[in-house]
Amino acid sequence: MNFRFLHIVERNFLVWRKLMIPSLTTNLADPLFYLVGFGFGIGSLVGTVNGRPYVEFLAGGMLCYSTLNSATAEALYSAFSRLKMQRTWEGILHTPMTVADIVIGEWLWAALKAVLSGSAILLIMYALGIAHGFRPLVVLPVLFLLGLCVAGLALVMTTIAKGFDFFAYYFTLVLTPMSFLSGVFFPLQSLPLSVQKIALVLPLAHAALLSRGLVFGDDIPHPVLSLLLLAIYGVIGVAVSVRIATRRLHR
Amino acid sequence: MTGILSVRGLVKSYDGRQVVNGATFEAAAGECFGILGPNGAGKTTTMRCCLGLTAPDAGGIELCGYSIPSMAREARYRVGVVPQFDNLDPDFTVTENLVMWARYYEISKRAAQAMVPRLLELAGLEDRADARIDALSGGMKRRLTIARALVNDPDVLFLDEPTTGLDPQARHLVWDGLRRLAKEGKTLILTTHFMDEAERLCDRLCIMDAGKIIAEGSPRQLIESHIEPIVVEVFGEGVHEWAQKEASGLAERLEVSGETAFCYTHSADAILAAMSSHPQLRAMRRVANLEDVFIKLTGRDIRD
Repeated sequence: MNFRFLHIVERNFLVWRKLMIPSLTTNLADPLFYLVGFGFGIGSLVGTVNGRPYVEFLAGGMLCYSTLNSATAEALYSAFSRLKMQRTWEGILHTPMTVADIVIGEWLWAALKAVLSGSAILLIMYALGIAHGFRPLVVLPVLFLLGLCVAGLALVMTTIAKGFDFFAYYFTLVLTPMSFLSGVFFPLQSLPLSVQKIALVLPLAHAALLSRGLVFGDDIPHPVLSLLLLAIYGVIGVAVSVRIATRRLHR
Repeated sequence: MTGILSVRGLVKSYDGRQVVNGATFEAAAGECFGILGPNGAGKTTTMRCCLGLTAPDAGGIELCGYSIPSMAREARYRVGVVPQFDNLDPDFTVTENLVMWARYYEISKRAAQAMVPRLLELAGLEDRADARIDALSGGMKRRLTIARALVNDPDVLFLDEPTTGLDPQARHLVWDGLRRLAKEGKTLILTTHFMDEAERLCDRLCIMDAGKIIAEGSPRQLIESHIEPIVVEVFGEGVHEWAQKEASGLAERLEVSGETAFCYTHSADAILAAMSSHPQLRAMRRVANLEDVFIKLTGRDIRD
């Protein structure tokens, strides 16, 4: 076991640190507007969902949705610009670092950054009085796992892509449907049964169940299965990415 | 000769096109070894193979005592690379680029920071320590890339066309730097298509064309063994006719290209005398150089 991939995390952290203030500001401002706007605004029309205020239901989903978006943006756009535009990966390969070190480092970094986005939402939930006590904090490791899951899948796209345009497919065919079929903004039960079944394989749906369970104490149907599913997606994703990136960079 | 880099029978093809076709050469520790060739000759691919960045289809490579590509990662601890296209990290300043690069070699941050002033001085970038990369000129970027390649105090430095795209002043500055490194005992492996660069810097070089090594030796040896020592270039109206009728018997080797006749000889006197009755012709007499060898061996056709 080596830890060379940590140098990639270190690199990306040092770059992030330079833009920390605007980055943290968006991390905090975006979910604040969502929760206040949708949560309280639409919540006043919806009333309660599964026996709790809509804003709480939404917040539990937003934790995951935000984590997903943050991990995706980092592993897709930022990583791709380092791979293709800036030739950063190519340069690093002239040192004793390997393709696996780089891809695993990017994977870990994207997940860490995603946890930061999730934490920002949690912070706002505390500020709005939606979350209480220490118990909701146990959701953070799950968000990290979700980050790894999503970043793993995004890195497959990144390592395949020839240009930024390619990512439109991923958004249209994978991310957007997943966002609406995972019970993030409205409960899954509102959808036809056949559509609900699709959610069984969607990582975001499992993450949302885990998140609401850990933050609010809702029932989690199959906690171990859900965690396992997230982990499997992530590990397979990163393993495939390493293979594709190796073929691409060691041509 | 103790080869710090030895390449035997290297073969590499892409999509059925053979790019390197049985290249064999050896570079000794401490020398500056050049790989000279026209565009598309296979220079960069050869270098990528040597660094373990691409796996050859056949052949053996040994670098710093390590077999490549199986032990390439270990070998790269002893090697610095200056790629053809700058890939400095645009998200970092000059100093941060150097420190971060050292971290990839498992050098501590403190040790890396300690070596920054010396590297900046070497690159002549003392007053640019905190500059952004996009604020540097092409020459500065190249010098920084060379400095970056030195953070691990490598035994061997690979340079892929180190002065392509630089203006004459910047080229001379880079050459001075490389000569200094050679004097310090570093082995330099250099690809170039600039003859003057190869002639100035290289102790030995090989000429590569269509993936094959077609000549190898010191610049002087190559000139002596492949070409007559004097060249008279003749141009002007009627040069074709003159070359055919008069020069062909006087020059040991005659080549007409476009509007110029190249007369290769051991003595220019007879050729210059033969021109006296043709006042419209003009001549330039010079000593044969590496470019003449290169053109003789690789032809005058344009390569793309």
